[in-house]
Amino acid sequence: MSVSEASHDTAGTAAVHEGTYSGGLWSWVTTVDHKRIGIMYAVFAFFFFLVGGLEALLIRIQLGSPESTLIDPDLYNQLFTMHGTTMVFLAVMPLSAAFFNFMVPLQIGARDVAFPRLNAFSLWVFVFGALFLNSSFLFGGAPDAGWFGYANLTSTQYSPGVRIDFWVLGLQILGVSSIAAALNFIVTIINLRAPGMSLMRMPLFTWMTFVTSFLLILAFPAITVGLVLLMFDRTFGTSFFNPAAGGDVLLWQHLFWIFGHPEVYILLLPGLGIVSEVIPTFSRKPLFGYPFVVYSGILIAFLGFGVWAHHMFAVGLGPIGNTVFSATTMLIAIPTGVKIFNWIATMWGGSLRFKMPLYFAVGFIAMFIIGGLSGVMHSSAAADLQQTDSYFVVAHIHYVLFGGVIFALFSGIYYWFPKITGKMLSEGIGKAHFWLMIISFNLTFFPQHYLGMHGMPRRTFTYQEGLGFEAMNLMSTIGSLVLGFSILIFLWNVFHSLRKGESAGPDPWGGATLEWAIDSPPPHYNFRVEPVVHSRDPLWAEGGLDVDVNDPTAPEPHMPSPSLWPCILAFGLVLAAIGAVAKALLIVLLGAGVVVAAIYGWAFQPLER
Amino acid sequence: MSETAAASAEMHQSSTGLPSRKLLMWAFIGSECMLFGSLIITYLVYRGRSIVGPYPEDLLNIPFITVTTFVLLMSSLTMVLALAAVQRNDMRQGKLWLLMTALLGLVFLAGQVYEFTHFVHEGLGLTTNLFGASFFLLTGTHGAHVFVGVIWLLTLFVLAVSGKLTSENAETVEITGLYWHFVDVVWIVLFTIIYLLV
Amino acid sequence: MRHPWRRLKSALPILAIVVLAGLLSGCGGPFPQSGLRPASDFARSLDELFRGIFFWAVIVFVLVEGALLVAVFRFRDRQGKRAAEHVHGNTILEISWTIAPAIILVLIAVPTIRTIWEVDRPTTDPDALLIEAVGRQWWWEFRYPELGIVTANEIHVPVGRTVDIRLTSADVIHSFWFPRAGGKRDVIPGHENQLWFKMDSVGVFPGQCAEFCGMSHALMKMEMVSESVEDFEAWVAQQQRPALGTGDTAPPAQPQEVAEGEEVPEPQADPLDAGLRAVLEAGNQAFLGSGCIACHRIAGTVAAGVLGPDLTHIGSRRTIAAGILENTPEEMARWLRDPGAVKPGALMPTLNLDEDTIRTLVAYLESLK
Repeated sequence: MSVSEASHDTAGTAAVHEGTYSGGLWSWVTTVDHKRIGIMYAVFAFFFFLVGGLEALLIRIQLGSPESTLIDPDLYNQLFTMHGTTMVFLAVMPLSAAFFNFMVPLQIGARDVAFPRLNAFSLWVFVFGALFLNSSFLFGGAPDAGWFGYANLTSTQYSPGVRIDFWVLGLQILGVSSIAAALNFIVTIINLRAPGMSLMRMPLFTWMTFVTSFLLILAFPAITVGLVLLMFDRTFGTSFFNPAAGGDVLLWQHLFWIFGHPEVYILLLPGLGIVSEVIPTFSRKPLFGYPFVVYSGILIAFLGFGVWAHHMFAVGLGPIGNTVFSATTMLIAIPTGVKIFNWIATMWGGSLRFKMPLYFAVGFIAMFIIGGLSGVMHSSAAADLQQTDSYFVVAHIHYVLFGGVIFALFSGIYYWFPKITGKMLSEGIGKAHFWLMIISFNLTFFPQHYLGMHGMPRRTFTYQEGLGFEAMNLMSTIGSLVLGFSILIFLWNVFHSLRKGESAGPDPWGGATLEWAIDSPPPHYNFRVEPVVHSRDPLWAEGGLDVDVNDPTAPEPHMPSPSLWPCILAFGLVLAAIGAVAKALLIVLLGAGVVVAAIYGWAFQPLER
Repeated sequence: MSETAAASAEMHQSSTGLPSRKLLMWAFIGSECMLFGSLIITYLVYRGRSIVGPYPEDLLNIPFITVTTFVLLMSSLTMVLALAAVQRNDMRQGKLWLLMTALLGLVFLAGQVYEFTHFVHEGLGLTTNLFGASFFLLTGTHGAHVFVGVIWLLTLFVLAVSGKLTSENAETVEITGLYWHFVDVVWIVLFTIIYLLV
Repeated sequence: MRHPWRRLKSALPILAIVVLAGLLSGCGGPFPQSGLRPASDFARSLDELFRGIFFWAVIVFVLVEGALLVAVFRFRDRQGKRAAEHVHGNTILEISWTIAPAIILVLIAVPTIRTIWEVDRPTTDPDALLIEAVGRQWWWEFRYPELGIVTANEIHVPVGRTVDIRLTSADVIHSFWFPRAGGKRDVIPGHENQLWFKMDSVGVFPGQCAEFCGMSHALMKMEMVSESVEDFEAWVAQQQRPALGTGDTAPPAQPQEVAEGEEVPEPQADPLDAGLRAVLEAGNQAFLGSGCIACHRIAGTVAAGVLGPDLTHIGSRRTIAAGILENTPEEMARWLRDPGAVKPGALMPTLNLDEDTIRTLVAYLESLK
């Protein structure tokens, strides 16, 4: 279907859909519409992606030459800590949340999520939490003990001041946001599917959102407890992580990684879901082995709870522990591989149209294979004794998180940008973005495999001359600068396309799933008439959808009213956190008071007014 | 007007027939299991590893805790009675049993407060040793959950008294019950691990 | 069928990436701290294991990336001319590509498990040399309990003899890593870990802390001197002696007062020449007067501090400040002037010593061989 046909449709209905994003600042602050919430997640996530990227560039510039004095170790340690924390919690997770928010209700044929105000709450808690965490730069310095904050470096003895308090409280707040959102999506996906959409007919992105949501609610509590133990040690003087009093610093590591390993699948699975939709669409073929792709996603999530100590192979777990965790880690490679093979099989025999979403999806697969293979190298506990804590791990994590997750998210951005904004992103600028990005990405991170194997440890603010690290560090630095530039090209694409981009109709790509049945951007109620599905790829069925979901004669659906309570409740939480960091009990109590008042205000406010 | 109401955001309420709010509470309870699980792991890891006393065997008073445990278990019974009453729109009984549940919860909390202050007098504080830290954190977290439940129940009681709670809100009372029963079950696990496995 | 030249042109970016990656492998050598240049039995076991895994990884890489590239080029259809086959799946294929990776993983798991059980259990060598390593912010303490030696940052081991290293930390978590001697092991307060290996070549091997431990984690380095048995025994003998100027190199006893008529005993000769003696005495005085003894020990003198590195034989070490400064008078002076400037966060305070005192101390410490 050509795009020009589609734009004839939008001309007439454009006026109606002005309402989707119209309204002033107040309408955005009080919105409970999943689409607006999704856009706000995306904007803030991308902002923090740039912040984390800047932190990375400073790191790379410092490491471009040996014994550089450009950045002192104190600042460097804050930079690498915040780079990790920002990218994981403030960029990738919210960017995934942006897609969950915008697309899942559309894909299941719903008008919104199950709990629209809880959804808004998740957003505002994230925003305020992110600002709280980053405000640490202004109040004594940002957290500086790594994104993983190992005890007992994080004790008040070895980390005096408030930096780690900012970290602990910031992460707790972000955890609240994530858990609330995950609960919402679990109920939404279970309960709000259109008639006929059984679980095994759901789009893959929705499936992966579903699995990710379970990971979130089951994994976060472990780090919640770890952070509480740390906070008690720091604030009240308990000895959970004080070896002198019998405490065990390894307890922190276990709790952190019981959360931390599922966390990386939380980061990855949404991207896998996106790629599982983009590839069929641009191959004009259904996903090969749909049930296997679904089951392997579930298996990855399940097994993901059983591999955590592969982050601790150098800790001295003993041969039994190391053997067990090596085995489970190797096992998880199997369902991961199954997905990759199914994607290739989807393309095989297909009719591939190389538009930007497919470029990034293929780039994702190519880079993820490398990241996955270095992961298999890590899975061998003995071999890992050389690799762990070196730049080899840094290479691995960036191949899976950037080459993997970020490429997949860009695929999703190019894919769904037309649906969200009504405009097409430029293919020309997109190609420049893609090629510059994939080449510079490899230049940045491939040398790091060698640096690690040749003995360069990670989390070091400098390295000495004479160890042979200079050339590859310089290459990596140059690559990172070009990589940063490629992101700017993408931003230019966004701004240029918003102003002058081609109009997108409802279905610029010939997609199979329900979101392509409605206008771009969608009307605020999404579907005027509830769709009914009879197959896995409803829009590809003979004759398409049998219900006209846009029937203008149907009554216009009434949507939930906006509300300020979610924002107020979020604010109360962060106010209490501010009081805790400032050790001002009065402010903590004030925050708690706001929280209680907001809960009651929210509970007694009807959803629709 | 009724047409728009019919075409409201909820569309067909649920693919499963279960109300969304109940599903939300179940999912939340799943998450809470992992929370208490992590706290319990911490307690178990540090069992027997306190360097200084007082130690559990010095302080834990099983008969006393058995009484408070019984009280909490009875509160689950009154919760069930409250729900049954609200479901059949017998708001007089509903008010009674909601209040009883809240009161029994408060008695349990009073017992916890008594036990905690007694321990402190005997020299076990939060920072005294690993037993103190893990014990107070674990049981304190549970107590905080009971406290939230009590406030919630009292809120429902007040609503009932002002006539705003009827059988139409039975689902809300049921979800409250789910939470309350969960808190009770957690206590049974804690009671077993802390007191019975000394 | 597209024109071959156009196909090649579109393959160029991908070829560029592949070639680039290949070229990178040679960039920047030699690598004195490399895990790929094993010099011990431990390192060789891990290297062999790694190469085995790498072999399979390359095979998988070529096959899967190859399949991806073939799919991308063969089924590219810009004009939309060819209809896509509507295939939903193939169970036999699914089973095959589940089993095939599983088999490769077994081929990786077996040597992995074998190696784990080889390296993760205590050594059974009855002749092993016991060494204790204590990680501290940001230096390493090494003790040889059976030999009565305490030193810092430079560990000597005899070639061809197993060393059994017991690892712990005095403060936060660190990690003990000499890549050419093998893998790393974390050094954890409240825990004792173990690592053993037998060096098979002579040389000086750099190592460093591999677990983020605070401000100067990057500056917590160490050196291992692997030497012949004779050289090692000579080193041990030297390390076992108290500091130069004490013990059997102490100044001779002062002549006693003699009563009238008694013989004057022969004055004993000073075993050290006068210049050196002067340096040692002046230096020791300065050492005592500058507060150094609060943290440092010099065996044979009153200095018995345990918070900082043992300095009894500091003059004979190749480096100072945990491997980041060459042991020369200039560098030693630089350190004494302002430790915090060399190693940010260093627990050694800036003592605000005048240049004379620094000169005296440097001369003293450099003499303590």
